[in-house]
Parts: sequence; C-alpha cells; structure tokens
Amino acid sequence: MEKFEYRYPAGVTAGGRAMVGVVGSGDLEVLLEPNAAGTTTVSVTTSVNGYGGVWQAQLDRVFKGALVGPDAPAVQVEINDFGATPGVVGMRLAQAFAVLGAGSGVGSASGAASGGGS
Amino acid sequence: MSHDVKPNDFADGQARRDAGASDRAASQSDRSLSRGAAWLAALTDDATPLAGSPASVRVVDGSLGGEPCRYIAVVPDPANPYPRARDGEVGLIEGWELGRRVHEAIVADRDSGRPRTIVAVIDVTSQAYGRREEALGIHAALAGAAGAYAEARLAGHPVIGLVVGKAMSGAFLAHGYQANRLIALNDPGVLVHAMGKAAAARVTLRSIEDLERLASDVPPMAYDIASYRSLGLLWKLLDVGNADRPEAADVTVVRAALEAARRDIVDDPERDLRSRLGGGANRDASSRVRGRLAALW
Amino acid sequence: MSATPDFLSRDSFVERDARARVQALVDDGRFRELIDPFERLVSPWLLRQGVVTQSDDGVVVARGEIDGQPVVVLAIEGAFQGGSLGEVGGAKIAGALELAAADNRRGVPTRALLVLETGGVRLQEANLGLAAIAEIHAAIVDLRRYQPVIGIIAGTVGCFGGMSIAAGLCSYLVMTREARLGLNGPQVIEQEAGVAEYDSRDRPFIWGLTGGEQRYRTGLVDTYVDDDSTALRAAVIALFRRGRPAVERSQRCEQFLARLKRYDPAGQVTAEQVRQLLAEGAES
Repeated sequence: MEKFEYRYPAGVTAGGRAMVGVVGSGDLEVLLEPNAAGTTTVSVTTSVNGYGGVWQAQLDRVFKGALVGPDAPAVQVEINDFGATPGVVGMRLAQAFAVLGAGSGVGSASGAASGGGS
Repeated sequence: MSHDVKPNDFADGQARRDAGASDRAASQSDRSLSRGAAWLAALTDDATPLAGSPASVRVVDGSLGGEPCRYIAVVPDPANPYPRARDGEVGLIEGWELGRRVHEAIVADRDSGRPRTIVAVIDVTSQAYGRREEALGIHAALAGAAGAYAEARLAGHPVIGLVVGKAMSGAFLAHGYQANRLIALNDPGVLVHAMGKAAAARVTLRSIEDLERLASDVPPMAYDIASYRSLGLLWKLLDVGNADRPEAADVTVVRAALEAARRDIVDDPERDLRSRLGGGANRDASSRVRGRLAALW
Repeated sequence: MSATPDFLSRDSFVERDARARVQALVDDGRFRELIDPFERLVSPWLLRQGVVTQSDDGVVVARGEIDGQPVVVLAIEGAFQGGSLGEVGGAKIAGALELAAADNRRGVPTRALLVLETGGVRLQEANLGLAAIAEIHAAIVDLRRYQPVIGIIAGTVGCFGGMSIAAGLCSYLVMTREARLGLNGPQVIEQEAGVAEYDSRDRPFIWGLTGGEQRYRTGLVDTYVDDDSTALRAAVIALFRRGRPAVERSQRCEQFLARLKRYDPAGQVTAEQVRQLLAEGAES
C-alpha cells in the first residue's frame, strides 16, 4: 500500500461535494470536497506499490487541462484505489467532477446519480 | 480467484484441525467424550439426555441455582448418517434440532411465568461442509437454531453460552452466540474464530505464519481466548484445573459463574446483546457507529 | 406494454452498485444516507494490514420510503472485499436494525430491507465481523416481531457465510437467477471436503444447488425475479404488503426435520431430489 499527495492550482472554492466509485478490484473511489480557494489537493492511497510515476503522470494530465484547469473549483480529492488503470482513474475523476457540477452530491459507480445526500 | 489444491488438503478431518497435535490426539483417542460432552455430563451430574434427539445433540433438563435449566450440547457422533457432520460439527439436522428443542422450552414455559434458563455448552469445531448440506439448506437450519435461541432470550429465558472448547463461525452463530451472557474457560483449547487457520490462509492468500503474525497485531484475527476477551464480548473468563475432564472443583467454579450469570440476566431489564458493547477500545468503533446512527436517525 | 421486461429495455439491478440499488428500491429514488462516505467512518483494522479502506466500509445505510412506508435499506457493496462484513459495516447494519425495532416500540412502523451481496465475515476482522453478524441476527429476530424483514440476493457475489444465516432469519427473500445463497463458499467446501464432493469450478452444478431458481423451487426463497430493478422493487412492495408471516421460515424446525427424515443421506443428493423433498406441497 502506498500514499501520494499532489497539489495543483485551482480557482474558487468548490460549491459542493461528490463521491463516486468503489474500492473494488481494478477500480477506485473518489471523494471531492471543497478546499481553500486557489489550490486543489489530491491524496491517493493505492493497494498497488511502485506506480508513483504513473499516478503523477495521469493526475498531471487530468488537473492541468485534460479534465480541469487552473480555474476549476478548488477541491480536496481523496482517491482510494484498488489497482485501477490510468484510464479508469481518469474516468472516475471525470465522473466525480460531473457529479460535482450537477450538484447531486453522491454518484454511483454505475453512473446514475442518487437522490440522496443532504 | 485460483488456488493450488494440494492432495493432503483432503485428508479426512485434517483440514479442520487447527489446534495442534495434542488436541488432535486427545480427540481421536477419546471421541466418545468431547469437551462438550464432558462438561454437559459434569454440569448435569451425568443425567441421561432427553430421548428423541439425534446422538449429536444432547439435551438435558436439569437445574441451575435451584431453577429449571435446559442444558444443550452438540457432540461428535461418528455414526452420524451425514458423513460430513461426524466430528461435532453443526450440520443440517443439528441446526433444526437445536431450534426444535429451544422452541420446545419456549412453548412449555410460555404460561408458567418462569422461563427456564438455557445453557449452551459450546464445543463446536465448525458448521458442516458438504454437498448435502448446501443443497438441503444448511443456512436455513442454522437460522433455525440461531433464531430459536434469540427468541428464547427475547421471551425472558436467561440464555448463557459456555465456551469449553471451540466456538467457530456458523456453528457458534447457531449454538451460543445469541446468549445474554458469554462465559469461557481460560484454556489453550478454547478457540473462537470465523474460520479455521488453514482455510483462512487459503482464502486470504496468505501463509498461516503470516496470519499468526497479523493476529498478534490485530486482536480480532486471533484465535486464543485472551485476545477474544480483549474484544469485550465475554462476561467472564474462568480458570479451571482440567478443561478436558472437569474435576469437582472445576464444576463448582463453573456452576457458580453460571448461577451468577443467570442472576445478572434476570436483574437486567434489557434482553438484547447490548452488554457486549462498551467493553474496551477494541470494540470502540461498534459503539461509535451506533451513536452516530442514533444521532442521524 | 408487456408484463415481462424486454431484455433490451430492462434496467439491470445486478450491475448497480450498493448506492444505486438503494436508489432503485426507494420511492422516487429519494433517500437520506446515514454515516455517508464523507464521514470516513472506516475500518479500524484494515490499514495496519495494508488493505485500502472504502469510506463507507462497504455498507450503505439509507432512510427513505417504500410504498409510502418508512424504511431503512441496508445495502452491502459486493465489490469491496467481496461484500464481507467487518466491525464498522456490521455495526451499521446491526445498529440500523436495532433503531428500526426501537422505532416500532414507539409506534413508528419502520421496516428494514437488506441487500445481501456478501461473502460473510471479513477475515481481516474475523471475530469482530462474526460478533457483528451475531448482533445482526439478534436485531432481525427482534425487528421481525413488528415488521417483515426482507432480504434481496441479486448477485453476482451472492449471500454466504454468517449472512446466509441472516437471510434464513428474514421474513421474506427475493432472489435472481444470477444469485446464489449458501452457507459455505464453493472453494472452502472443495478444500474441506474434496473436489468429488463439491467442484468449485462447476458453475452449473453450483447454481443448480444454490442458485436463485433452485432456492425458489425448494421453498427457501419467496420470490424469484428477473434482473430488473423495476421487478425487484415491485417484488419488495408486494412482500411488504403481505405483512408478517404467521410462522417465520426459521421457526419451521419440525416441518424441516420431518421432510429431511424422508431423505437417506447414505447417497449423495441431487437438485431434483431436493425439490421433491422440500418443495411446497410436499407431504409433511
């Protein structure tokens, strides 16, 4: 098990929170919560060791423009990973930001956003 | 998930013997008197079990502290018609029979106003593993037993679980884990767990040595009764001279504890299992979750 | 509109994760989650073993309504650690059931619905998982005195271990064809009893004995439905409307013993034999 921390420039504090995914084989869970304006932090806990470089590369891609850029809402991102590929990581992050944007709070791994979360 | 299946994994009974060679030898040389059978006999002055139950389920209507008490043990039956349930396992018939005998006590005492104590004498190596068992619904049979003990407790019967040997997984859930109070003997042969070591090692893809090392750091993973006690689930842990063949002094100690448990239960306004909470840091999260649920409810 | 959902238009329940299953079951998809992932009430035992935790410890506790009646839905996430229950997940289920029973004692008719996707005890938490499951059993028996307790076993993990006993304590069970209900996992039986007794790789054999259709045909579950969320929700509503059964399945000790007396265990057993022995209408 390994842990990594990353920081990226961001815009105003996010207006909500979101959770997607499951800590299942080849999958991950992503939690987004508001962070102080200007910075997005990402903390990764992964069951697979030795992939720090791969995480760095994929998260750099995601947070430096591929998904969100320096004006995106500032969030604390928590990732709990059980061996997902970079593609799945990117998908879950996209899903999480979509849920955040929709304001529904908690989205399910199978894509439907729930009516829950208060 | 694939695994390597080694030929000697299937030696009869070996796969389920985790307690060590001496326990194995004692059990094989004296199969007519398991700990469960020995303690049942000792606590009931060798009373003859009720007729009408299979040999693997011994039921004795005796007394405890001058009050009526039904003692129940599951014991090995080498002649059990079910070949996978000959070593003291709780199988199909054992599960339903436990349920039947406990329901019988509930119904008999329903109008008396004095529901009898029920003592589960616990020495059960596991549930029965087999094709017949799965096909014929052993899960339902064990529910029959667990449900009956729970209903007895809710109906006001003081239910006491006395762990004298092994209390393992589904067998323990069926026979004893619904007790108001759990008492165990402080002895190396007393083991509580969710799965035998060899099977647990295979399922978690670790070596037995790894599991044992983890258990020393993770109390809920350990098999020994001292670790189990640290979880706050036991009401009393008793020192006895001879856990295999109780002597008079041992019987005195255990009887006194059973009587004290009965009084403790009778004095307790609650009939649920909440006395198992709040016993220490190792079960702290169980209380925290309940507190949070109540606050958010 | 046909009564049976067309394959293309059906909405798979099996493919939904725990939270999405809750959403499919409750009225209007609306629910309030208790101890949600953001509370991060995770297992106290997994990190020290190098196992990554899930924020909700694999159990969703959701309050909502079904058919206009208050309900708490307990949904186990089968994808996390095989749906196995540890201290926290187990306490979420037991604690919620306990609160539902307490509600009923105050005159509030809260029901409970369990979505059972679980291998039983989480071995990394062994005795705390086992103890929690005992408390789940206790709470089901308590609550079912007031309200039916319904279990859904949808698959693909199925329901095994100590939680299969919980299923056996439920007032009513719903299963799909994909699901299995059994006490011991196939691999463990093969390891303990040998491959001739139980071949864990023979899927038709395993489903033939423990799959949803067989369990339904042998009277061990009450409703057998297609893998369709609408059908599952309808099945649950219909079962809640039945009210509490006069006799719980787990109380039928004498009946099951009588039926098992007609079986000679000297020979092995077949699925067909089990149907003859246990099916509704078999002579008691």
